Amino acid sequence: MLVFFAWLGYNLQADPPTFFTIFLIGLQQGSVYALVALGYTLVYGILQLINFAHGDVFALTGLFASSLITNHFHLDETSTALTITFGLLAVFLIAMAFGAIVNATIEFVAYRRLRNAPRLAVLITAVGMSFIVQNISLVFFNVNFRSIPPLVSEGDVFTVGGVSLGWQTLFVVLVTIPVLIILSWLVKNTRQGKAMRATAQDPEASAMMGINVNRTISFTFLLAGGLAGIGAVLFLVQFNVRYDTGFELGLIAFTAAVLGGIGNLSGAVLGAIIIGMIQAFNEGPFLWAPGSDWTRSIVFGILIAILVFRPEGLLGERTPEGG
Amino acid sequence: MARRRDQARSAYRSYRKQAAQRSGVHALGAEWRKLPGPVRTFTPVVVLFTIAVLYPFYLSSLPSGNVPLIYSFPSVRSAVTILVFTTMAVGLNVVVGYCGLLDLGYVAFYAIGAYTAGWLASGQFQQVSFHFGSVGVSRDARGIHISIWLVLIIAALLTAYGGVLIGLPTLRLRGDYLAIVTLGFGEIIPQFVRNADSLHGFNLTNGTFGISPIDSPGFGTRLHTALGLPVAYSQEFTADRLFFWSALGLLLVTIFCCIRLRDSRLGRAWIAIREDETAAGAMGIPLMRTKTWAYAIGAFFGGAAGAFIASFNAGAFPSQFSFNISVFLLCMVILGGMGSIWGVVVAGVILSWLNVEGLANIGTWLNDNIFPQSHQIEVAKYQFGIYGIIIVLMMMFRPQGLIPEARRKREIEEGTRDEPLYEMRGADEPGAGERGSPGQVPRG
Repeated sequence: MLVFFAWLGYNLQADPPTFFTIFLIGLQQGSVYALVALGYTLVYGILQLINFAHGDVFALTGLFASSLITNHFHLDETSTALTITFGLLAVFLIAMAFGAIVNATIEFVAYRRLRNAPRLAVLITAVGMSFIVQNISLVFFNVNFRSIPPLVSEGDVFTVGGVSLGWQTLFVVLVTIPVLIILSWLVKNTRQGKAMRATAQDPEASAMMGINVNRTISFTFLLAGGLAGIGAVLFLVQFNVRYDTGFELGLIAFTAAVLGGIGNLSGAVLGAIIIGMIQAFNEGPFLWAPGSDWTRSIVFGILIAILVFRPEGLLGERTPEGG
Repeated sequence: MARRRDQARSAYRSYRKQAAQRSGVHALGAEWRKLPGPVRTFTPVVVLFTIAVLYPFYLSSLPSGNVPLIYSFPSVRSAVTILVFTTMAVGLNVVVGYCGLLDLGYVAFYAIGAYTAGWLASGQFQQVSFHFGSVGVSRDARGIHISIWLVLIIAALLTAYGGVLIGLPTLRLRGDYLAIVTLGFGEIIPQFVRNADSLHGFNLTNGTFGISPIDSPGFGTRLHTALGLPVAYSQEFTADRLFFWSALGLLLVTIFCCIRLRDSRLGRAWIAIREDETAAGAMGIPLMRTKTWAYAIGAFFGGAAGAFIASFNAGAFPSQFSFNISVFLLCMVILGGMGSIWGVVVAGVILSWLNVEGLANIGTWLNDNIFPQSHQIEVAKYQFGIYGIIIVLMMMFRPQGLIPEARRKREIEEGTRDEPLYEMRGADEPGAGERGSPGQVPRG
């Protein structure tokens, strides 16, 4: 830990502009992870289930959005700014709906029947569902990477003292923050959100209080899928997507959720940003940075260390609540 | 009422007796039941074993090409892979089936075993020259060359040690957290072997290219002249057959050990933990030690199988060790029935056959006979989707597996408690003896 901070400090004084640029990249990556991690944490909070299929729902939605953009909306960099804005807005909404429906369908088809089965059985089913969703992507979108035209410029908004803020970073952060605020409002203040938190605490008691538990769980899956949909479009704007993109990204996002304290919404966002930073600094042009070959090992090493030493996560809430 | 039922029953019995005397099959059945227990247990095993041993001899007389559905029977070479993967599934069954610990990173053990074989029986370390009972390698070849038979044992022990190292910090966790940690290890180890081609300039694993060639097993010139045993498998014309019989031997040893372990004190402790960890702990079973043993023994067989298949393929390559393999092995255990050795063996043979050549063959057969030229399908491409469907369907409709173990079946039908009533903590840890409820305890 100390070594890590010493290393960060050394890099900060050695080359401040690069340091802050990498910091922004970390923020950008962390935002996408946050949206996916929230999906894991919401579902875990309510069902105590690691929804392995979540990452694959993310990939499927990303592929769907890519074909939407290129084949149906015909958006590319030559379109007018207005077309791109409204087109992307529509893509966001459709991708959200798509992800939400896929995720809720998985719950309805597979997990609902196993409500009273041993937890291990549901977890194994989730692994199986992950493979099924991955293969659905494979059937419809084949093995190739899909990308979209650079709708959001790869250039910089402005550069201050060598630190540049990219349009993509701005775009990702500007989309993520309102989504998080809306989610927080949804969970804290609405009736459905209260039902979610109650079900997470005690499903039986909630059922006795007149909460429709199954509907609440479906709603949670819808919400998680919708967040994955937004995350997928944001990811697509920056990177290529393939049928198996979701597996690794899902695991990284899950690590973020565990790091923040699984079941805890703000924890998931915090964990995601930390993981995004770690990844960015690891892959950045620094002295002794292990490089992208080792990203996965580092992230999973962190995951194992947290689970072993502090299973309740950074924010340390011991109650798996939704809020 | 009861009397009438008894009368009916005795009438039925005497009818059956007469029928049995009339028909030869029933008479045979009655004779069969009179045989002593061990004979009844071992006869099917011996028969199956004989059929398996003779497989390379009668394979050529079996029809090949356009056999309904399966297209053709697996070649001896494929059969070796099938047997080795089945061995791994039987090893995984110790962890998942007996002890109820979900391990999603079993491929890590396979990798450790394969790379141990790579280190100890190839020219990987050109800096040294060490020979010990190696066969089929020239005396002055550089690198470490140890007899593969010995390497199998070393790899198994080393992997078991690796299992303990992974297990000790993680086995305190319950259920899904344990699954995710094992998954993490299963991802880290392949990435490590992929990247460890220049650790401070030292080439440990040869990176993406993997370690190749790895020596093959054999008995050396002395045993060759004395007993006519092959010097080195790779130099023989019938190498595949020799590997096949060795793999069969490995599988049988694994099955035997697993059956004996299941009935041992340790095995009963595993099953007790699987059924109710809290009660098992309260009855004085040392939870950590018992679970670590399950891990170590599961890893032991995974390591031996990994080393064997590395020797068979004459190489260990990082691309072999993907998460898919872990799920594939898990799928065998689930399909066969968690905890049921014979179930796992049957499911292992079927699924690894599908993996090696079955799916491609079935696809060929379907394309030749069912689908028209215009709508050809590629079955093998969707193999992991098919495994996913198998897993989900099994969990939904037959969670006890195809050939369930009686005890496991009862557990699933009557249910076990896998929620901890009290969080098991050592007396010196914070929160010892606290009343926990599912909602309040971190599920770790």
